[in-house]
Amino acid sequence: MSSIAGTHDPAHDHHDDHGHHGPAAGLMRWVTTTNHKDIGTMYLWFSGTMFLVGGIMALAIRLELFEPGLQFFDPDRFNQFTTMHGLIMVFGAIMPAFVGFANWQIPMMIGAPDMAFARLNNWSFWLLPFAASLLILSFFTPGGAPGVGWTMYSPLTVQMGMGMDFTIFAVHLLGMSSILGSINIITTILNMRAPGMTLMRMPMFVWTWLITAYLLVAAMPVLAGAVTMTLTDRHFGTTFFNAAGGGDPVLYQHIFWFFGHPEVYIIALPAFGVISQVIPAFSRKPLFGYASMVYATSAIAILSFIVWAHHMYTVGMPVTGQLFFMYATTLIAVPTGVKVFNWVSTMWKGSLSFETPMLFAIGFLILFTLGGFTGLVLSLVPVDIQLHDTYYVVAHFHYVMVAGALFSAFAGIYFWIPKWTGRMYNEKLGQIHFWLTLIFFNMIFFVQHFLGMAGMPRRIPDYPLMFETWNKISSIGAFGFGLAQLLFLYIVLDCIRNGEPAPQKPWDGADSLEWTHLPTPAPYHTFETQPVVK
Amino acid sequence: MSTRAENKKLFVRLAVIAAGMFGFGYALVPFYYEICRAWQVNLLDKPDAAPVNTQVDTSRTVTIELDSNLHKLDWKFRPLVNHVSVHPGELTTVEYEVVNTRKTAVTGQAVASYGPQFAGEYFKKLQCFCFTQQTLAPGEVRRMPVTFVVDPRLPKDVTSIALSYTFFEVDGRGGRS
Repeated sequence: MSSIAGTHDPAHDHHDDHGHHGPAAGLMRWVTTTNHKDIGTMYLWFSGTMFLVGGIMALAIRLELFEPGLQFFDPDRFNQFTTMHGLIMVFGAIMPAFVGFANWQIPMMIGAPDMAFARLNNWSFWLLPFAASLLILSFFTPGGAPGVGWTMYSPLTVQMGMGMDFTIFAVHLLGMSSILGSINIITTILNMRAPGMTLMRMPMFVWTWLITAYLLVAAMPVLAGAVTMTLTDRHFGTTFFNAAGGGDPVLYQHIFWFFGHPEVYIIALPAFGVISQVIPAFSRKPLFGYASMVYATSAIAILSFIVWAHHMYTVGMPVTGQLFFMYATTLIAVPTGVKVFNWVSTMWKGSLSFETPMLFAIGFLILFTLGGFTGLVLSLVPVDIQLHDTYYVVAHFHYVMVAGALFSAFAGIYFWIPKWTGRMYNEKLGQIHFWLTLIFFNMIFFVQHFLGMAGMPRRIPDYPLMFETWNKISSIGAFGFGLAQLLFLYIVLDCIRNGEPAPQKPWDGADSLEWTHLPTPAPYHTFETQPVVK
Repeated sequence: MSTRAENKKLFVRLAVIAAGMFGFGYALVPFYYEICRAWQVNLLDKPDAAPVNTQVDTSRTVTIELDSNLHKLDWKFRPLVNHVSVHPGELTTVEYEVVNTRKTAVTGQAVASYGPQFAGEYFKKLQCFCFTQQTLAPGEVRRMPVTFVVDPRLPKDVTSIALSYTFFEVDGRGGRS
């Protein structure tokens, strides 16, 4: 604004240059936008779309597993669905959802006008639709989509058709998008905070994203390396993983899980961040143990790099190796426990109210902890060797991915949607959505613990008769869960179109900058003059 | 320094970390082999087990029952003999015959199973039509051998082993696609 040297008084000058112009009209607004709010919205809609696509594949899987025998899909197709369900949900639905939250919230929460690299931000997003298209197009290539599992283990990946190449390029694009997005987030948080917003005053959500972004920068390139090695093994005569040429398929598993375990926390930490905003707001108390929360998050992030081989106890590693990874893994329970106890202590003697975001946060707290406990069970080598690749593992990671990350995403959307749209969602329908989601979630996945303990292997389209009852219950739950999410879609659309106007601060206990300093709905441009945080 | 310049500096640093981690993924390859050597595991140039003496155990006889099945595949598939008697350790060859009754080429894959199940561990196939996919021209008749040895360590109470093959159609190769 000081670039115009003129005779105007400063106040007038300010007005001329920074008139609150709205967004451009039409489709090109979304293609060319550099506004963090627009980009956040696109991330969230993209994530929602992928959630439906991946969900339809999950329903196809549960449809086939409704009865023993092969009814609807041949085994190849079934494997393609399990693979694509995993890849789409992890990289297309959950990760973009939290990047969407980051885009919307981080600049508003730290009092910055926008992300540090606004154009790069646009590019990070627009890589995603192309990556998703490649993943979905792979179904229509000769041989179909790769049926190798979302972990893309060698040697199957070396044998697959061209659908595998589509998937490899999709992973490259997704990785590039994540890395660029993370660099943007780190730079924004470190360089663009409002005066007085010291690191230890930042909202917990911002802290968790700062740490997550570092995890992404460190872990995603390793995945890119692993799939690049697969690509060169397939087409350019290298033999990293091809045993026929002296390579080793187990090496792939090590490289993949070196990325894969931090990835688990890349998904979980922003979810922790959302919960750390929601629980204090509805307990009308500040977050208990803020500093310990920051240290616990950092400890989880560091530990996540030295526990990867607990995903592969059965490959035949020395017992010393198994013991190291077992102890390191159980150690993660300590900082995670710190977080869970802090959330509970935040609620302790708080003035609680149970609107939808809080319901999802409490649902998260209980079910995520349950998923953490089954994780502890699986971390023990002798138990894991029994349960490896059974439905117990499937149940475990869906408790942390669905009841953890997805519940937290729902909590975040219900929590912030008034600020984003200026309108309140339908509280009654929101609560119905919560209860349906909670009940059907447990119907799908709780029974899978029993199936896994009884020995039902994952990723197989058929099963012995003795598993039939629990599989039927699980499949019925899956369809119920799917329908409940259509209700969620309705709630969001209804909120945008017909919601009651929301006040500036609809939640009593919310105390971060977007609630205290900004009107509702948040204007297109915010904090062009940074606030001073006392 | 302006925020813009500082942002650029941080961008370059983080991009270097990302590029370094890409390289680190590749560095894990030699690191993995070094760890394997240090722990004496996964040594590819050493045999898994010492060779053992494979004398024919003529003191007992095991009956091998031959069985054939088709899974949703309208071929004809049968063993040429229904059973053979072998001594453990003795190299034996039996033959199966398969006929493609369709008017198109069809590819099938045979999968073996054993009764009792644990006998599979002692039933060593040296050559088998189940090792590869079999593509049959329309109307083709093919005789396919199985060469095997029954391990002399087979528990004494097992006097008969059922060897059963099931042919599955391989989609997209030959016939239906």
